[in-house]
Amino acid sequence: MKSAVIVFPGINRDRDMMLALENVTGVKPIAVWHADTELPKVDLVVVPGGFSYGDYLRCGAIAARSPIMSDVHAKAMKGLKVLGVCNGFQILTETGLLPGALLRNGALKFVCRDVKLRIENNRTWFTNRLKKGDVVPCPVAHGEGNYICDAETLQRLEGENRIVFRYAEGSNPNAAMNDIAGIMNEAGNVIGMMPHPENMVEPLHGSTACRPLFESLLAA
Amino acid sequence: MQSKTHNQEPEITAELVAAHGLKPEEYKHFTELLDRTPTFTELGICSAMWNEHCSYKSSKKWLKQLPTKGPRVICGPGENAGVIDIEDGDAIIFKMESHNHPSFIEPYQGAATGVGGILRDVFTMGARPIAALNALRFGDPSHPKTRHLVSGVVAGVGGYGNSFGVPTLGGEVNFHARYNGNNLVNAMAVGLARTDGIFYSKAKGVGLPVVYLGAKTGRDGIHGATMASAEFDDKADEKRPTVQVGDPFTEKCLLEACLELMASGAVIAIQDMGAAGLTCSAVEMGAKGDLGIELNLDKVPCREEGMTAYEMMLSESQERMLMVLRPEKEMEAEAIFKKWGLDFAIIGQTTDTLRFVIKHQGEVKADLPIKQMGDEAPEYDRPWIEPKKPAALGDVPVPNDLAAAILKIVGSPDMCSRRWVWEQYDTRVQSNSAQIPGGDAGVVRIRGKKAIAVSSDVTPRYVEADPFEGGKQAVAECWRNLTCVGAEPIAITDNLNFGNPERPEVMGQFVLALKGVGEACRALDFPIVSGNVSLYNETNGQAILPTPTIGGVGLLHDLSKMATLKFKEAGEAILLLGGHGTHLGQSIYLREVWGREEGPPPPVDLVKERAHGNFIRGLINDAAVTAVHDISDGGLASAVIEMALAGNLGAQVDALDHVQLFGEDQARYVLTCSTKEAAKIITQAHVKGIDVIRIGTVSGSGAVRFGTVSLPLSVLRDTHESWFPKFMAG
Repeated sequence: MKSAVIVFPGINRDRDMMLALENVTGVKPIAVWHADTELPKVDLVVVPGGFSYGDYLRCGAIAARSPIMSDVHAKAMKGLKVLGVCNGFQILTETGLLPGALLRNGALKFVCRDVKLRIENNRTWFTNRLKKGDVVPCPVAHGEGNYICDAETLQRLEGENRIVFRYAEGSNPNAAMNDIAGIMNEAGNVIGMMPHPENMVEPLHGSTACRPLFESLLAA
Repeated sequence: MQSKTHNQEPEITAELVAAHGLKPEEYKHFTELLDRTPTFTELGICSAMWNEHCSYKSSKKWLKQLPTKGPRVICGPGENAGVIDIEDGDAIIFKMESHNHPSFIEPYQGAATGVGGILRDVFTMGARPIAALNALRFGDPSHPKTRHLVSGVVAGVGGYGNSFGVPTLGGEVNFHARYNGNNLVNAMAVGLARTDGIFYSKAKGVGLPVVYLGAKTGRDGIHGATMASAEFDDKADEKRPTVQVGDPFTEKCLLEACLELMASGAVIAIQDMGAAGLTCSAVEMGAKGDLGIELNLDKVPCREEGMTAYEMMLSESQERMLMVLRPEKEMEAEAIFKKWGLDFAIIGQTTDTLRFVIKHQGEVKADLPIKQMGDEAPEYDRPWIEPKKPAALGDVPVPNDLAAAILKIVGSPDMCSRRWVWEQYDTRVQSNSAQIPGGDAGVVRIRGKKAIAVSSDVTPRYVEADPFEGGKQAVAECWRNLTCVGAEPIAITDNLNFGNPERPEVMGQFVLALKGVGEACRALDFPIVSGNVSLYNETNGQAILPTPTIGGVGLLHDLSKMATLKFKEAGEAILLLGGHGTHLGQSIYLREVWGREEGPPPPVDLVKERAHGNFIRGLINDAAVTAVHDISDGGLASAVIEMALAGNLGAQVDALDHVQLFGEDQARYVLTCSTKEAAKIITQAHVKGIDVIRIGTVSGSGAVRFGTVSLPLSVLRDTHESWFPKFMAG
């Protein structure tokens, strides 16, 4: 399983993601600089978390217009698997690969804590090692994770089983609508999520509960 | 008429000199050095270099007496940060620094740039920051400004550190009316480097390019260091323009660019532009290397038009660096900085004249002797008196209702959970956090099994009551906290926050606290490798509580043996190491339950401290204990409750009196272990002359019981967790 992790200036969880991918899949991902125009040949592209361009404009807005994102967009439209985590999720909504937007957290503060993440759809390339309804702990660390979309989109997301993760047991940290923590596109090859599974894959992290997500990549 | 060099610049008058914070005798010394009247730019440079913040003129004499050497010390005080050896070619570079004055005037930016400044100090030396801590002290919760300051400072610390991408793994938050007019923001950064990849500020070689890197220079923060070297009055708010504005995005790019450049072999010397910006960084590089520096300000990248030499030399715009580069690597260096979107400009060169020469628009704006501006700046031996020792305490009454007293303490502003604060900090980024805030120390993995522990400590009310014992206690508590997770304490950084040193009683606090700090460091082999002094924390003549914050680093050889404070299993024995409490002077119990801040603080027996700590570390290493927590604020009762809440398990503790429950005697720990192990540990301790007794059992009852007084975990948790969010919600 070959993967690439996109590095924008200001991204700070690129190393975390590369560590988790290498740790679980055994293959070191390729770091791709934002100014490059073409992706290497890989099975998965990850847009990691952090503060691309400081998020001084709308979160992810500038990164979404980086040279490399045109190729990510084009290849995603052809079916390449793309995972966006946290700032990466925000960037994917800004590129239009995923619907909706991420607003400031309901409490208007940055929040870093472990939430309960429920697997709503286990028939994806990132969740197939878990059961539907499984609840796993997973850290969040964001100031803008409050997912929102229009009523029609929400109805489609719910109806088409495109909500992959939900905050469970009252642990919604940001007031996201319908407790949405992660979604996928219509074709199912693009997944975006606010929590950081890459920070919960080894005993050091206090739990290895998110390891099966990365192990799913091997089965897919 | 003014001469051409002084064109458009104000005439140097006694008032102008005073407005620059220079005392008449200092100004006289300055003119004698020059043998003429200084230019306006020179006066500005002198005020920037000779103020308290940059020159340490009141504190130097006493700082020199601190122990700064040890087998693991690679670089002690005097550089951007201290460096210690943690084996396998790894070095830890760390320092703590205050941003008190700016954070009071503009809490968000003041705190944010405090974090930014200390991160820069660490990566300037070649280290990637791997942990941040912050020690915050605010006024009385009921003071009208307190909530605003807490909210702004916490958001600012998080805003910078989270974006930069460093996990915040520890710190302190305290409240006391004596901080009403001056809050404290002490930020600490810890970085990882290779022992053969450490960079220093000492310039080497004549005629080499001096390069400006990073963000552009603006008019922000002019005279910030001078402002931080004076006390406040009611008009402190008017000083807002002296506070800098932080840009963590640029700093993150600067980090990556600097590390990339250092790896290329282009860097001879590097210094970040912190307090007093371009002036301080250039003077330090030259003075340390016994070289002159000549700068051409026409080349300085400016954010604003028409900046004068005076403004450029005194700006404290953030995220800037100064380097001396190998000329043959210039192109390569420039390419790296362009890649990261940062400014790169050659603004001067090193000379053999020992002069600091500033040129702007074809004129010489300053020509100063560099050594006298830098490491030979004035030094004072300020008069000091020993503060009066508090009277002995006598008997302290028993609480009317023990359960109510415990809940009062558990839910008090200084003892309640700090979750509201640290959940605003990213504690997970970099994937190496083994212990996040809430335990005795933060722990971060280096690689494989190796990790370091970090902690920041001081008990200002103890230092106020007895500066010498209080100074010792701050070091001892830090050493103890590192011990609690199983780490070998290695070295500390100190951030010495005091009032106006021109007052003999304040100077006395400083001198004695430092003697205490030094004595503890020597007794515990815990050298000081870096530090910062913040004086003039005073408003309208009222000084803060003396606050020598100690930030410590320890080494864990095997992460799998790391200890935590939470109870692990019902049925395990609870042991008390170090004997029962006897001392209630300056205790939380006395203050929270009886409203009295009286008596001497607990004395610190450093021999005992060392023996007990070493014993604990041995137990952790042998995997004989399942949980460890030190006893500090709030005494035994608080320690047990914190362990119970963390593990979500109850406890049955013997019936104890209020002195035993709340005494804050030092060198004590609470441990848990299997009942079989308990007997062994007690015997083992006995042989070594260490007092260990069993005081209870971990229980699954859902309550912590002291004798027959039962406190349900749910009530304890609610009381412990609710104060902060309620306070902040107003």
